[in-house]
Amino acid sequence: MLEALTAAIANLATVEHVLYLGVGVVLGLTVGVFPGLGGIAGLSLLMPFLYGMDTVSALAMLIGLVAVIPTSDTFTSVLMGIPGSSASQATVLDGFPLSQQGQASRALAAAFGASLCGGLVGAVILTFFVQIARPLILTFGSAELFMLAVLGLSMVGVLSGSGLWKGLAAAGLGMTMGSIGAAPATGEFRITFGVDYLYDGLPLVVVGIGLFAIPEIIGLLRAGSAIATSGRLAGSWADGLRDLVRHWALCLRCSALGTIIGAIPGLGGTVVDWLAYGHVVQVAKDKSRFGKGDIRGVLAPESANNAKEGGGLMPTLLFGIPGSGAMAVFLGGMVLLGIEAGPAMVSNDLDLTYTIVWSLALANVLGAGLCIVLARPIARLTTVPFGYLAPFMIVAISFAAFQATRSLMDLVALLGIGALGVLLKRFDWSRPAFLIGFVLAPQAEGYLNLAAQFYGWQMLLRPGVLIILAITVVSVWFGARGARRSPVAIAGDGAASGSAVPAERAEAVDPRPQLVFVALAAGIVVYAVASSLQRSPLAWMFPAIIGIATLLACVCLAGVLMFATPGTRLNFDAEQLPGTAPKRGISIQFAWIAGFIAATAFAGLVVAAAVWIALFLRFKAGAAVGKTLLLAGLTSLALWGVERVLLVELPRGVLQLWWGMGP
Amino acid sequence: MRTVARRDVLGAAFAALTVPGANLGAADFSGRVIELLIPFKEGGGSDTWGRFNAPYLSRYLPGRPTVVVRNVPGGGSITGANRFAARARPDGLTVLGTSASTQFPYLMGDPRVRYDYRDWRVLMAYGTGGVVYVSSRLGIADPTELARIASVPLLYGSQGPTSLDLVPVLAFKLLGLNVRTIFGISGRGAGRLAFERGELNIDYQTSTAYLRNVVPLIERGDAVPLFSWGTLDEQGRLVRDPSFPDLPHIGEIYEAVHGRVPAGIAWESWFAFFTAGFPAQKLLVVPSETPDDVVLAYEDAVQAYKRDPEYLAGKPAALGTYEQVTGAAAQTIYELATDVPASAIAWVRDWLREDFRVNLEG
Repeated sequence: MLEALTAAIANLATVEHVLYLGVGVVLGLTVGVFPGLGGIAGLSLLMPFLYGMDTVSALAMLIGLVAVIPTSDTFTSVLMGIPGSSASQATVLDGFPLSQQGQASRALAAAFGASLCGGLVGAVILTFFVQIARPLILTFGSAELFMLAVLGLSMVGVLSGSGLWKGLAAAGLGMTMGSIGAAPATGEFRITFGVDYLYDGLPLVVVGIGLFAIPEIIGLLRAGSAIATSGRLAGSWADGLRDLVRHWALCLRCSALGTIIGAIPGLGGTVVDWLAYGHVVQVAKDKSRFGKGDIRGVLAPESANNAKEGGGLMPTLLFGIPGSGAMAVFLGGMVLLGIEAGPAMVSNDLDLTYTIVWSLALANVLGAGLCIVLARPIARLTTVPFGYLAPFMIVAISFAAFQATRSLMDLVALLGIGALGVLLKRFDWSRPAFLIGFVLAPQAEGYLNLAAQFYGWQMLLRPGVLIILAITVVSVWFGARGARRSPVAIAGDGAASGSAVPAERAEAVDPRPQLVFVALAAGIVVYAVASSLQRSPLAWMFPAIIGIATLLACVCLAGVLMFATPGTRLNFDAEQLPGTAPKRGISIQFAWIAGFIAATAFAGLVVAAAVWIALFLRFKAGAAVGKTLLLAGLTSLALWGVERVLLVELPRGVLQLWWGMGP
Repeated sequence: MRTVARRDVLGAAFAALTVPGANLGAADFSGRVIELLIPFKEGGGSDTWGRFNAPYLSRYLPGRPTVVVRNVPGGGSITGANRFAARARPDGLTVLGTSASTQFPYLMGDPRVRYDYRDWRVLMAYGTGGVVYVSSRLGIADPTELARIASVPLLYGSQGPTSLDLVPVLAFKLLGLNVRTIFGISGRGAGRLAFERGELNIDYQTSTAYLRNVVPLIERGDAVPLFSWGTLDEQGRLVRDPSFPDLPHIGEIYEAVHGRVPAGIAWESWFAFFTAGFPAQKLLVVPSETPDDVVLAYEDAVQAYKRDPEYLAGKPAALGTYEQVTGAAAQTIYELATDVPASAIAWVRDWLREDFRVNLEG
């Protein structure tokens, strides 16, 4: 091992290697800043250059590119509340409120520092474990994977926000929507509303953006200020690094957690950030700031999501099974370079394995360093009046959502989920709980189905299952105990706070809007159950059980709202807060977004963006005509450039199809 | 001057309208962007296949066009294929890389399918094979001892009754093996992992995955190879797979088990779906109205780059030992894979309904 390690370091330390790695990193960051693009577009961009390069340099570029995917999307998560990929959804919860408080550079620096820490810890763990990890990974059978999904779901408890019934209802609704599409056990389609698009289920990126970004954009449009409410930047990046040092133990723990979860094939990296976030909320003594800009809520998911990529290397190299989306791209790239990743690689080419592991770590260092330098200038975006920023953000999220399946339906789904997100935020249903349910429903169902067939009830006797069960119980207990000790609402659904919601929660006078929403949620669940029941038992059992549980939660919630004594935290309606000045209407803001998507469907993104941005800047932001035209023109030009140079597909409308501009 | 220019433009437009696609002379793609539509997400087998070919197409097609791989995932490739069927023009600027997962729902009459292979023509075909292997814990050393486990309950993990895994599941039935199929495995990689964990004890992998990931298991003594699917010779007959010359193909095993040459509707149905799934696993297609010179340009490009030393160096890792074929060879495979007798399809539908209660009409 030592020999291989020194050989790997010798490989790494060459100027050429670092140079190519750096090129990959810069490329990855440049592309990765566009939400929704990440490494895939980068890979396409890189591919023509890979040919003709020697394997080691090409590999270095590839690693540089892949390593920074979960780094660069932090920018939009923190600054704008747009989760660029599933890895940075939890970062939004506290990162974005920090931006609203003017602490964007601090939050970004902390996030990148944590990423760096995660990357390095991941590499260290990998170095020691890569040779013995194989049997360890193999102990995670389908029963254990199911239990891990349950552990993830137990996080709903601490992320429930204003009350357990609401949290459960939100998680249940999320699980129901996560069950849309093919049943894992039989492949039968259910809850599709007869729409082809829904046969594959809703894409996670679309759900993440719709749930978090759209409600915030609308909220900010109504408030009419800059993202940083004061219009000024307060904290500096040095503060962020100090936060990192202060919470070093947390970062180490979350890095280790990220590495381990990333190393388990089958769970995927999608829950890592939520597990880390749930963990930090559970163990924190003072939970009152979570969701309102607690720096620990940024550090935890960011250290975990970069460590995850290192962990994800394990199944990729040991079994030839990619542990995450980025790793799938990496694996594909390796095949194209003629490197055969698989069990043989670790035993025969240990030095190459270590070269990859430490290249990934080095790329993390380069990437995070570069990002910290860039953090301050980019953070200034949060001081721009929101009317100027909003149209570009809306174009950006449409662009990102479209990259999910490259269908116009992605944009329609974005709008639908966005509307749901607005309502969830208004009535303070926990959006994190919804998202966790959404992500984990298919995994829980799939692995439960397999485990039941492989082991039956015996699965409950497996040591791995018992251990994870114990962890789950301890974690729930920790969460419950902590909640009792600090009775302040754990605003897991932090983004609901920001400037709009005062710290003390006021009761809504008229519970009717809330009841309508409960009925709407119940309606969706009833449809889901009814639709599933037409399929075979293996296909309906899971959604039916979840559905009934969700309905129970809805009934309890409705009961509390109608009959309970005054003073319950469950009764909440952001539109009925006393003492807040009347704001601009929700529906107008929503209509602007819908109008853009309709325009895109008609004229394609490039044209629609120009026209719509011009209208928005002129009539909503009140910009001067010259400025308006310049900005609109530049945006279209930039989009056109992205399409031509990066060869990324953009939404096209009926106009282009009529013109015959091909698919 | 202006009028002249306009008349030229109008004339050209008129010519293009009256003689669609009749560009005289050889095709030229100078300055054009060709979209290679892959109906799967990035990083998978089809994506890798497309991305492996794209730069060579770019280099060898006349005029050196830019070739972009466009991933349109969804519906197990149905979404992308539907989009291609609806929008692609017969100009060779949009090509589709289909896979067995595109062929199977088409053959089975999936209601979501809005494409028809009869509307397309094949530019290039690439096949693969597969090997079935069992856990060494079953106590057999090689395929000749297969009879000893004929009654032992075996567990196989399938991605779904109508997926490509239909081929192995039906094969086990034909060979009289006592296999219980577990549905809901998320991919062949996940199946292999479950095998390694001991949750499953019979599995198959396509050739490259087998060589890369299963051969080490065999060397370690954890797995025992049983047979390969075999491959088709020029006449379309089943022969041993040159990638695994020492392994019997499924026909040989069938003969050993049943004492007769494979025949009958069950075998024919299996054979039809096997062909669509393996020897014709990847097809590069364009709309059938695409002019001959465009098709010829592609065929020439493929034949030319098959001699490129860089291609030859990269091929083993990306494609394994199998060749990408064009022209008549591709056409034969294309027809075998997409023109399956109705009787075979009906038989498979009945079998799925009886054995797995899968109702494809519903």
